[in-house]
Amino acid sequence: MQQILNILIKYRNFLLFFVLLLLSLFFTIQSHSYHRSKFVNSANFLSGGIYTSLDDVSSYFDLKIHNDQLLEENNMLRQQLFNTLDTVTVRQDTSTFTGTYKFFKARVINNNYALRDNFITLRAGRRDGIEKDLGVITSKGIVGVIDQVSTKFSTVVSILNSNSQINAKLQKSGHFGILEWDGKDPNIVELVDVQEKAPVTKGDTIVTGGMSTIFPEGIGIGTISSFQLDASENYYTIKIKLFNDMTNIGHVYIIKNLDRKEIETLEEQTRDEQ
Amino acid sequence: MNNNFIRNSLRFILLILAQVLIFNHINFLGFVNPYPYVLFILLFPIGDNRAMLIICSFLLGITLDMFSNSGGMHAAASLVMAYSRPWVLRSVFGVAYEYNTIRISNISFTERFIYITILVLVHHFVLFLLETFNVSDILYILKKTLFSGIFTLILCLIFITLFSVKRK
Repeated sequence: MQQILNILIKYRNFLLFFVLLLLSLFFTIQSHSYHRSKFVNSANFLSGGIYTSLDDVSSYFDLKIHNDQLLEENNMLRQQLFNTLDTVTVRQDTSTFTGTYKFFKARVINNNYALRDNFITLRAGRRDGIEKDLGVITSKGIVGVIDQVSTKFSTVVSILNSNSQINAKLQKSGHFGILEWDGKDPNIVELVDVQEKAPVTKGDTIVTGGMSTIFPEGIGIGTISSFQLDASENYYTIKIKLFNDMTNIGHVYIIKNLDRKEIETLEEQTRDEQ
Repeated sequence: MNNNFIRNSLRFILLILAQVLIFNHINFLGFVNPYPYVLFILLFPIGDNRAMLIICSFLLGITLDMFSNSGGMHAAASLVMAYSRPWVLRSVFGVAYEYNTIRISNISFTERFIYITILVLVHHFVLFLLETFNVSDILYILKKTLFSGIFTLILCLIFITLFSVKRK
């Protein structure tokens, strides 16, 4: 017993180092898998508060760009509104109209794009109605999926994250694939597992597919910049130039699918019965 | 002792704030970010308790991980760096280290340069290895280690020169 104690005392620094190293490796490994219960994240009062006070100052620098973006979006929406007015004759009573999707707005207070696994921190949390696994978009295209939520803040798994996997399709033909990121260029993402029969041409638009309950169908992602068949020659790997400038995001919208619970319960029932 | 404690705590907070608010957003050439927060470990009082350094480095790393959503990468890298510091000190400074007579602000430029370079490279290599989490990307890891390392090294040298009090 005495000897064991002596050894413990002799190597106490090493043991301390080893235990803490194991702990941090545990956190690291956890952060590399998508479905995790993270203890260490930036959606808390300390980092959220510090990022908010930084954003209060730095948001003025991007004001002009963000105003232009909003103007552009307003312009586009106005165009849609007045061009559909002629064809729609029956006005809907908006007070009873709920729809499938609910939108929330949020400010980006921290955004990374130079790492392998990038996260975005938003100034909107549980009290604003944000939940885990909601889709995040801007007026131009998709941004990511909500990960951790606290009372006032939330983190987003950016599409520039090696764990991010989003269902997407070719707008023209509707062939599906999975959107991934190879960790290099923040303007380029990859669409993999697209069937070799799909008619792929440079410059085609890629939009979100309707296969998941996170994003509605048809939200813009980007245009095809290049493509090639993979090693087995059965699937295309397509490089996509994003519509969004991921390095400069100010305001985002968060989409909540109100039918989601119903769809998920139904799918689970079907799976259980099989 | 008390004075030392206050100075180190202040350094801890200021370096974290500088790292999180400024240096994490540099993105030079799109991917090069310096990590001058390692200065805390480099400048930690040499004669002091080694266990204390290990615990402080862990806290430093995990705080940074919290801000940058990186799990425990910074914590692991800082731990390895803190744990290997005595060996680097011994091999660079030799006898002077044994007698506890070194002050980072007083040693010659070459020795300071070697000391910082070795520890920064160790830290960055572990950091990027854990960030990439894929040994087959070793070239990418080495490239990032080298570029970010040079950046960090220059910043560290500038900071030490700017903020050190010369005592003759």
